[in-house]
Amino acid sequence: MKALIARDLRLAVRAGGGFGLGLAFFLIVVVLVPFGVGPEREVLARIAPGILWVASLLAALLSLDRIFALDFEDGSLALLATAPLPAESIALAKALAHWITTGLPLTLAAPLLGFLLHLPGPAYGLLLVTLLLGTPALSTIGTFGAALTVGLRRGGLLLSLLVLPLYVPTLIFGAEAVRRGVDGLSPTAPLMLLAAITAASVALLPFATATVLRINLR
Amino acid sequence: MSMWELANPKRFMGWTAPVLPWAFGGAALCLTVGLVWGFFFTPDDFRQGSTVKIIYLHVPSALMAINTWFMMLVASLIWLVRRHHVSALAAKAAAPVGIVMTLIALFTGAIWGQPMWGTYWAWDPRLTSFLILFLFYLGYVALWAAIDDADTAADLTSVLCLVGSVFAILSRYAVNFWNQGLHQGASLSLDKEENVADVFWLPLLVCIAGFVLLFIALVLLRTRTEVRARRTKALMARAARA
Repeated sequence: MKALIARDLRLAVRAGGGFGLGLAFFLIVVVLVPFGVGPEREVLARIAPGILWVASLLAALLSLDRIFALDFEDGSLALLATAPLPAESIALAKALAHWITTGLPLTLAAPLLGFLLHLPGPAYGLLLVTLLLGTPALSTIGTFGAALTVGLRRGGLLLSLLVLPLYVPTLIFGAEAVRRGVDGLSPTAPLMLLAAITAASVALLPFATATVLRINLR
Repeated sequence: MSMWELANPKRFMGWTAPVLPWAFGGAALCLTVGLVWGFFFTPDDFRQGSTVKIIYLHVPSALMAINTWFMMLVASLIWLVRRHHVSALAAKAAAPVGIVMTLIALFTGAIWGQPMWGTYWAWDPRLTSFLILFLFYLGYVALWAAIDDADTAADLTSVLCLVGSVFAILSRYAVNFWNQGLHQGASLSLDKEENVADVFWLPLLVCIAGFVLLFIALVLLRTRTEVRARRTKALMARAARA
């Protein structure tokens, strides 16, 4: 499993683009927002938590179809399936690799971009915490979606249609926690619920992902 | 005889053929009686005026929108556990019906909302979760359409339906958390003191029965079509080999 994660990380960093692309996309979306809504400080500060969350969600979505598609095409996914590693572990390893290459950099970059959007002071810590708590859920849910569409030729668009509705609860609790922090309310309740979603997704979804992988490799 | 034998495709075609006209007839009867009764023979509400009458379309369609997904969930489970092909086909057949029910509920709600709330759309928890339900339906139908192999498609959509159900319920309660509601609470519950008045309640009940029958009829019809399509495909494959 470690070897699989290490291999995925190496592939992501070396094989051109996969690693930095999500981050660059995140940056571009955040830069585009002020052009769309105008440069007023108050407006931007008001919508910053939501924009940062939606943008990181889209950035995570962008790299999802790479999780299984390349391995499926060159046959290494079939090899992995015959390896002694259970499919559940493959699913978890893939999700973890996706998180390390996408979720973690997004989390670390978000406060920096929050600066661009005049995010109010108390929200920085919360933004970091919610993204840290929430992005693992985004990765595991996304891995499930990627496994569903792995055998399809035009899977990319379908993937977003399938995965984005599943992202709704995570987005709600994540953005709500930051917003409450901005308004000076206690963010504990949404934070707890966000953590619960992540814990449940990481614990349960690899089983669904593995089931789907087995069906697709039949 | 076990009830599962009814799911044998041949048996299924056999018993649904006579049921179908009754279901359609019953639906037509109930809807005609319920809607005519509701639209022309009930008083206007003292505050909402005649707009209250949209309830006869809105409530049954909203009810069926949710229950269609529930029926798809049950059918998916049966397919995953017992591998009855008709069950998978029934889930596939129900999805577009569910989409239409969701749309009817959303649109009638919007038409009612404009005079009553002063807006066609509000980001109210119930409205929002219905929109999300609509997106789930779209994803489900799109996945069915995208996969060529019938059994793989049935398996994958079933798993999607299971996972989607969990997330749909999660979203339903998450949006509660996210915004206060404009939509009124439940007023048809059996265990509550204050419910909708009987004048409106009786024709509404007839309309709900009509929608349920209509749903049954449409799903049976569409499932029969799917079974026939599957047979045609098998016959063509056999002819191509010969």
